[in-house]
Amino acid sequence: MSEMHLTLLVAASLFSIGLCIVIIKRNAVMVLLGIELMLNAANLNLITFNRIHPANDQGQMFALFVIIVAVCETAVGLAIVLQIYRQTQTIIPDEIDQLKDS
Amino acid sequence: MTLAQFVFYFFCFAAIAGAIGILLTKNLLKGALFLLTSLLAVAALFVLSGAEYVAVTQIIIYAGGTTILIIFGIMLTTPLAGKPLHISNGRIFSGILLSALLIGMLGKAIVSLKVPEPSSTITPIKKVGSSLISDYNFPFEVVGILLLVALIAATAIISAGKERSRGDV
Repeated sequence: MSEMHLTLLVAASLFSIGLCIVIIKRNAVMVLLGIELMLNAANLNLITFNRIHPANDQGQMFALFVIIVAVCETAVGLAIVLQIYRQTQTIIPDEIDQLKDS
Repeated sequence: MTLAQFVFYFFCFAAIAGAIGILLTKNLLKGALFLLTSLLAVAALFVLSGAEYVAVTQIIIYAGGTTILIIFGIMLTTPLAGKPLHISNGRIFSGILLSALLIGMLGKAIVSLKVPEPSSTITPIKKVGSSLISDYNFPFEVVGILLLVALIAATAIISAGKERSRGDV
């Protein structure tokens, strides 16, 4: 197994652990941490596959744009979490069920 | 084992250990610090894969910006008076089952993958910079506008509630 396989396996496990965090944790900020981890794993894949084609740098460019979009997502996500905390005094996603059909 | 291999395995281990740390910890602040560990280890893997510019961007934006932002979010959303930062878990079985299935599927696909031998050339930063303002100029500008819109949106979302509460009083 080459170094590249190992990097891809690391990216796959980071993605799976991020998914597990998103599902399991009962805290909106923790869910954001999981999403960051998943985006990071996708970036690792992009960079790794870029090594097969060293002549062009599309993978690296895509990774850069993914990083910037992730920052935007975190900023807006945290703003929404703060606003929800102000309105309902909780950031546990399961307890925010005002839109749920009773 | 050469030194380069040792460094590579070490950072692979650090990335996964940080991620598992987030999964296992019950303290929100420790989770943010584990995320910082994992992000820095992934930045080191970027360097070892020849993408130095992306690695530096990762350290500056992710490790320096996003983690600090998340820590501020933790400070603002957690009632600090008396209660500890502990958070609980839910749906443990389905979460672990789903992620185990995903890692099994991806791992099987990756192990059977035939990849050509990767190059070990380092992409020069000059090349990345010049393609950012030539070939990828349009997405570069669009991403700038996206950043501006996200900044305005975050400010607008935060200040909307403030006006309402001031109106109530």
